[in-house]
Amino acid sequence: MSTVTDRMAARPRAAGYDVERLRAEFPILATKVHGKPLVYLDNAATTQKPRAVIAAEAEYYERYNANIHRGVHTLSQRATEAYEATRERVRGFINAASPKEIVFVRGTTEAINLVAQSYGRSRLRQGDEILISGMEHHSNIVPWQLLCAQIGAVLRVVPIGGAGEFLFDAYSKLLGPRTRLVAVSHISNALGSVIPVKHVIAFAHQRGVPVLVDGAQAVAHAGVDVRSLDCDFYAFSGHKIYGPTGIGVLYGKEALLEVMPPYQGGGDMISTVTFENSTWADLPYKFEAGTPNIAGVIALGAALEFVATIGLEAIAAHEAELLDYATARVAEIPGLRIIGTAAEKAGILSFVLDRIHPHDIGTILDQHGVAVRAGHHCAMPVMQHFNVPATARASFALYNTRPEVDALIGAIHKAKEMFG
Amino acid sequence: MMSDLRELYQEVIVDHNRNPRNFGRPEGTNREAQGYNPLCGDKVTVYLRVENGVVADAAFEGSGCAISTASASLMTEALKGKTEAEAERLFEDFHGMVAGSGRHPDLGKLEVLSGVREFPARIKCATLAWHTLDAALKGKGEPVKTE
Repeated sequence: MSTVTDRMAARPRAAGYDVERLRAEFPILATKVHGKPLVYLDNAATTQKPRAVIAAEAEYYERYNANIHRGVHTLSQRATEAYEATRERVRGFINAASPKEIVFVRGTTEAINLVAQSYGRSRLRQGDEILISGMEHHSNIVPWQLLCAQIGAVLRVVPIGGAGEFLFDAYSKLLGPRTRLVAVSHISNALGSVIPVKHVIAFAHQRGVPVLVDGAQAVAHAGVDVRSLDCDFYAFSGHKIYGPTGIGVLYGKEALLEVMPPYQGGGDMISTVTFENSTWADLPYKFEAGTPNIAGVIALGAALEFVATIGLEAIAAHEAELLDYATARVAEIPGLRIIGTAAEKAGILSFVLDRIHPHDIGTILDQHGVAVRAGHHCAMPVMQHFNVPATARASFALYNTRPEVDALIGAIHKAKEMFG
Repeated sequence: MMSDLRELYQEVIVDHNRNPRNFGRPEGTNREAQGYNPLCGDKVTVYLRVENGVVADAAFEGSGCAISTASASLMTEALKGKTEAEAERLFEDFHGMVAGSGRHPDLGKLEVLSGVREFPARIKCATLAWHTLDAALKGKGEPVKTE
């Protein structure tokens, strides 16, 4: 054990990355669970929130709570400015060409449903094909199944490689003359595999097929540049990048969004309404019916500012080092099998133990203060591929540390002792 | 902290998880039902041979965590020789022990599962086989779901 630990210790650490200072920004990290310091390793499910995010939400409600886009009064104007300032911040964060391409939604799930029901339903026909990967989250499977049932389209699936990697050859063969849309995750939430989305997109575009990228798991761990990727749609959730739940983003190329019909009807998305006919508001408001999650948007802005200040490159380097360290440490545990060993991975360590079900692992780890996810991770087909009912999953964030990995390893050993 | 865990994972539970009793499908069963917990993927099928209103044999198959496997294993042991009415009563009492008011008659060996009460996220693991038993006794065709 000491050899691996020494080897890892010899690696250069991310220079100037002060994890203790960052941890101090997250009040919840001082929490104790069952009398033990919280070791929060369930970041792929949701991340914790820094003070700046909590404060931004509180400040809105305490100082300028008002509806947006309609009031002439001061508070409404302040709220509108803060809301639209976040749209601009999101645009910059993912390098979109225009704020018109940034649509606020509830989360990744709603973003994908929006594309399926607006773009998919208006553009696809019976017999057309939608191509996804075998390692998708249910939220990038089920909306397409619903669409297929509605219009008679066909869902095709790129199989997963043995290590949990994306099989580009299989993808290139499955992308056929009837393929009308490709939808893939950027990083697999169950395995941590990084999908080479830039190549996926370039290949699809050669055949005139647009691509949606599910960025839920990627946005906090990899720099996202939608213009460099040239993706047609990019979806992500605020709560996985240190922002609140219930707010997310759909990026769409302006030319595509422009011709898509509204997803939901209501206030804020119209230009004129009569009983005979209504006309739609300009982008992006056409897709933002009803009073939105104003506080959530504003707090998401604070989260992106927080992340940008640290720098995604520094965060990604820190997390990569933690993942390397954790991977080496768990490899020393007899009877432990890592699920997902693709060459390109980020932030996620899924594993199973001989003779100990992941739910029992989850309960025992929790008693040691270590929070991991145990289950199918909303990716049942991935579990079937690896022939496991479930996995335990540790997932890392900018505030995790090596001692926390050590706590995880210690708790796994306790679980093994308990089950003999 | 560790005492809570030991309370949950008592030796009997660890043993029944490792060596489940009455595992598999015996000959001559005349009632069965399937149970499924979509949240965690645990699956169980309960088989019964009911003769003249008495559970002459009980067995199960499936995959799940230690709590659900041990609960199913202990359940099949407890059922044999019980009348259908007694089996239903046992289901209610067991449910009361792990999930309900907590007040219940002494359930003998099944008491090892009483620690589950302290782990709300795991109660459904313990009750899955029992809900499935209930369905088998009532002759329900639909698989039982805990969610």
